[in-house]
Amino acid sequence: MNWENPSEFFAMGGHGLYVWASFGLLTLFILIEVLVVRKRRKDLIHRLKRLTQARAKMVEKE
Amino acid sequence: MTSKQNEKKSNSWLKFSSTRNFYPLAGKMTPWFMGLAIALMLVGLYMTFFVVPPDYQQGNSYRIMYIHVPAAWMSMLIYLLMALYAGIYFVLNVKLADMMAGGLAVTGAIFTVIALWTGSMWGKPTWGAWWVWDARLTSELLLLFLYLGYISLRAAIDDPNRAAKASGLLALVGVVNVPIIYFSVTWWNTLHQGASITTNKTSMATEMFVTLLVMVFAFWMYTIAIVLMRVRNEIIERERDTSWLVEELGKEK
Repeated sequence: MNWENPSEFFAMGGHGLYVWASFGLLTLFILIEVLVVRKRRKDLIHRLKRLTQARAKMVEKE
Repeated sequence: MTSKQNEKKSNSWLKFSSTRNFYPLAGKMTPWFMGLAIALMLVGLYMTFFVVPPDYQQGNSYRIMYIHVPAAWMSMLIYLLMALYAGIYFVLNVKLADMMAGGLAVTGAIFTVIALWTGSMWGKPTWGAWWVWDARLTSELLLLFLYLGYISLRAAIDDPNRAAKASGLLALVGVVNVPIIYFSVTWWNTLHQGASITTNKTSMATEMFVTLLVMVFAFWMYTIAIVLMRVRNEIIERERDTSWLVEELGKEK
């Protein structure tokens, strides 16, 4: 085991800032990327639904 | 069955190059790749912090390597793949190939930023500098600009076919930068250290090598999953006027 206690783990032998800034940005970017792609899917499907409904209405009128 | 469907059946090897067949297949594969990515990432992070010992010279800052190296590899491999798909688009004129290229670009750019950022975070305690204009770092920065140029070019052109051609050309021209990045540490005398892993021997202990490998696979699985998700979005966007898509979306709900 590398660490005696949690504070030793977070300190990373004095290099905590560099290590956590690296792993932190990776985590942040991956989370944002997944959320953005999922949000886009939702928006696209929502838009398509409204488009289909609008078309159905137009057909009804005709 | 219509004649169009018959035609599709006859050339089965091209089957998944049509968006219609690709869309549901990609949807089925995505959760598996994402699941694998999460599992591998957790194992990789555990090994990074709790299994591998600190470096005898650099202490604990070298643990950044376990994300820096995979991110840097991915940044180059994704670019090669993007250029390959751009090439396929030009030769076979398959729009799915262009969608794949476009879907890869954002993830490639993200991994490039991560490679540069983690390199900076590792460089400061190791070299005493956040950044140096050395061949490896400069060519990796150029890679980021190539990705950003590619992404903005696609976004700037409304017509999908013209966007595909213009951005595809940029992707193909920019590919010369990838071998420059890769061989920069051997071609020039740089501050950046040489390759940790080469084909004939490994300058690493087995557990370190395995940890790095797990992380590389985690990044690969993640890339496949997120790119499939993004390409599916692109298909919804571009095929919104087709009835098969409405049917497909109805099935998914």
